[in-house]
Amino acid sequence: MKKSQLLSCIFMGLGQIYNKQYLKGIMFMLIEIIALINIPNFAKAFWGLYTLGEVKFHYVNGRAVFDHSIFLMLKGLIAVLLLILVMILYIFNVKDAKNYAEKGIKRTSFKDVLDNMFPYIVLTPGLLSIMFLILLPIIFTVLVAFTNYSAPYHLPPRNLVDWVGFQNFKDLFKMDIWNNTLKGTLKWTIIWAFLATFTSYFGGLFLAMLINSQEIKLKKLWRSIFILPYAIPGLISMLVMRLMFSGPGIINDILEKIGLQRVDWLTEPLNAKIVLILINLWLGAPYFMALMTSILTNIPKDLYESADIDGASFLHKFFHITLPLVFYSTTPLIIMSFAYNFNNFMLIYAVTDGGPVNPDYRYAGHTDLLISWIYKMTVEQQQYHMASVVTMLIFLIIAPAIAFFFTRTRSFKEEDLIQ
Amino acid sequence: MMSLEKNLVISSSRKLNSKKIMIRIILYTFLIINSIIVLFPIIWIIGSSLNPGDSLYSSSMFPKNPTFIHYIELFTKTDYPIWYINTLKIAFANMILSVILTSFTAYVLSRFKFKGKKITLLTILILQVFPSFLTLTAVYVLLMQLNLLNTHLGLVLFYSAAQIPGNTWVVKGYLDQIPKSLDEAARVDGASNFTTFTKIILPLAKPIIVFLALTSFTGPWMDFIFQRLVLRSADKKTLAVGLLEMVTGQSNTKFTTFAAGAILVAIPIVIIFVFIQKYIIEGLSAGAVKS
Repeated sequence: MKKSQLLSCIFMGLGQIYNKQYLKGIMFMLIEIIALINIPNFAKAFWGLYTLGEVKFHYVNGRAVFDHSIFLMLKGLIAVLLLILVMILYIFNVKDAKNYAEKGIKRTSFKDVLDNMFPYIVLTPGLLSIMFLILLPIIFTVLVAFTNYSAPYHLPPRNLVDWVGFQNFKDLFKMDIWNNTLKGTLKWTIIWAFLATFTSYFGGLFLAMLINSQEIKLKKLWRSIFILPYAIPGLISMLVMRLMFSGPGIINDILEKIGLQRVDWLTEPLNAKIVLILINLWLGAPYFMALMTSILTNIPKDLYESADIDGASFLHKFFHITLPLVFYSTTPLIIMSFAYNFNNFMLIYAVTDGGPVNPDYRYAGHTDLLISWIYKMTVEQQQYHMASVVTMLIFLIIAPAIAFFFTRTRSFKEEDLIQ
Repeated sequence: MMSLEKNLVISSSRKLNSKKIMIRIILYTFLIINSIIVLFPIIWIIGSSLNPGDSLYSSSMFPKNPTFIHYIELFTKTDYPIWYINTLKIAFANMILSVILTSFTAYVLSRFKFKGKKITLLTILILQVFPSFLTLTAVYVLLMQLNLLNTHLGLVLFYSAAQIPGNTWVVKGYLDQIPKSLDEAARVDGASNFTTFTKIILPLAKPIIVFLALTSFTGPWMDFIFQRLVLRSADKKTLAVGLLEMVTGQSNTKFTTFAAGAILVAIPIVIIFVFIQKYIIEGLSAGAVKS
């Protein structure tokens, strides 16, 4: 073992100073000093994470005194992440001391150091923000699933939150009202995701083939018209559609004018579901059309020509040439689109807001997807504990689909991450 | 004999022609029906915005005496200009921060071999799976702790962090296609990593960078979930939240004003889209379509 390595083991940065890398050494030492000074803070943060607070809300001489369980949990989590960071730096510091000593002492200019450290310097801001703004909230959500954080009795700062183990999972699957909501919503979510993807996929293919056909002139004009729904901000279109299908909206006006009955488009459960799928077709088909146009033009013409010589019908050509080729190059996108629709919160929220109300469900309506149910539980009902449990459930359903997608992307193939 | 053959040829070609015409008629009918379906809501909302009245009940698609009064009212009687400026501010900040963070991250992950690369890539891959807005509560509490609630900065920080995993993956896929010999040549000439990136890689990666910039610019225009959660006061409000509230309120009395506001949002976005359509298609398929 090198002497510098041992020194760096004892105190971060000592080895580097021994190696006469003063600047680096001092920076490492500073990190350890800051960490050491903060030991009491770390201890308090870990205590908070473990107990989630012990002092119930009360007044002392007219001033409120309390432990805020959720803040304590978050601070505890941040402390854990920071500690992991320090540990990583510590290991790096020991290895660095060793490497340097082994390579022998050669002075490198500051500019060279900067260039060697380039990957780490560049990655730091991105990784730090991922760590604290993405990873931390995810871990937090998972933790909340194991607490009773909810209105009305376990809402800080008035009340403390406690760890409850797997109680929420048991309730979700055993208590009728929760279980009904979960089953009904999950079923509709899957049907929805399937139909929404299916219709917009084939809608897009239909449009692309239509424009691509030899008989059609002014291809560019038609394409520009059909791409419009993709270019218009989604929320705007959804809100406009909501108004069109509403009671006094234009659709009912037209029905009345041609002598038909007005229809409750958005207040009848089945109608609302059909309208949602139609709106999604309007919004989603252009995306697939845009993608498939280029695929279609890349299909070799001679495939069709030889099929023509064999006297193949249009349908035959479609099922044996066009569809297999298009399908082959878009499978990852179908999976991705399924996952997207599975979590298509915006459409549901903007058009029906989950309605019409379903009395058998808790905090959800007929057209609520799992994701909009979670939103209602979080923002409107403050049932954070159940929202977290359902979130984890979605994660389990969606993760394999997205993993499938990403293992087929170019980025992934370049790296062989699985060995 | 000859004449018979000739006749046959002529009649079959006539048949072919009439069949062709039939097909053409069917195809064009489809095209026209589809165009009507696509254009109908757009024309309806434009027509509605020109109605003199306020409510959904009284408005018609083709008003008899069209007026621009609601467009004027948007700027004189509502907070619409504030929403617009706020949204533009957030969108620009998000675009710049996102492009910087993501393009550098993707460059490093595409070109360098370093300790911890594999774990970094896997982390990004796994995080990509988690829909960011499921962590609503946590983000809220976190921003509260950092005193960033009701600030645009908090929103931008969150947006640009949330897009890193997914976009890095797409951009890296694109950069992997650019031959590595190009950067090696630059390195031989003594260029630093930073110059290699800005002078060699960046120009070649323009399509995907434009795609990245566009999606991070247009994203904040329509996300109301986080904006509603984070932004509390009227002076911080954005277009998405403002327009949503106009329609989802109990009464539809602001319908025509909403229509005008919606059109003024849609126009610039559609124009941007038209100009960089090809980048979008390229970007969409960059990380995805199999060759």
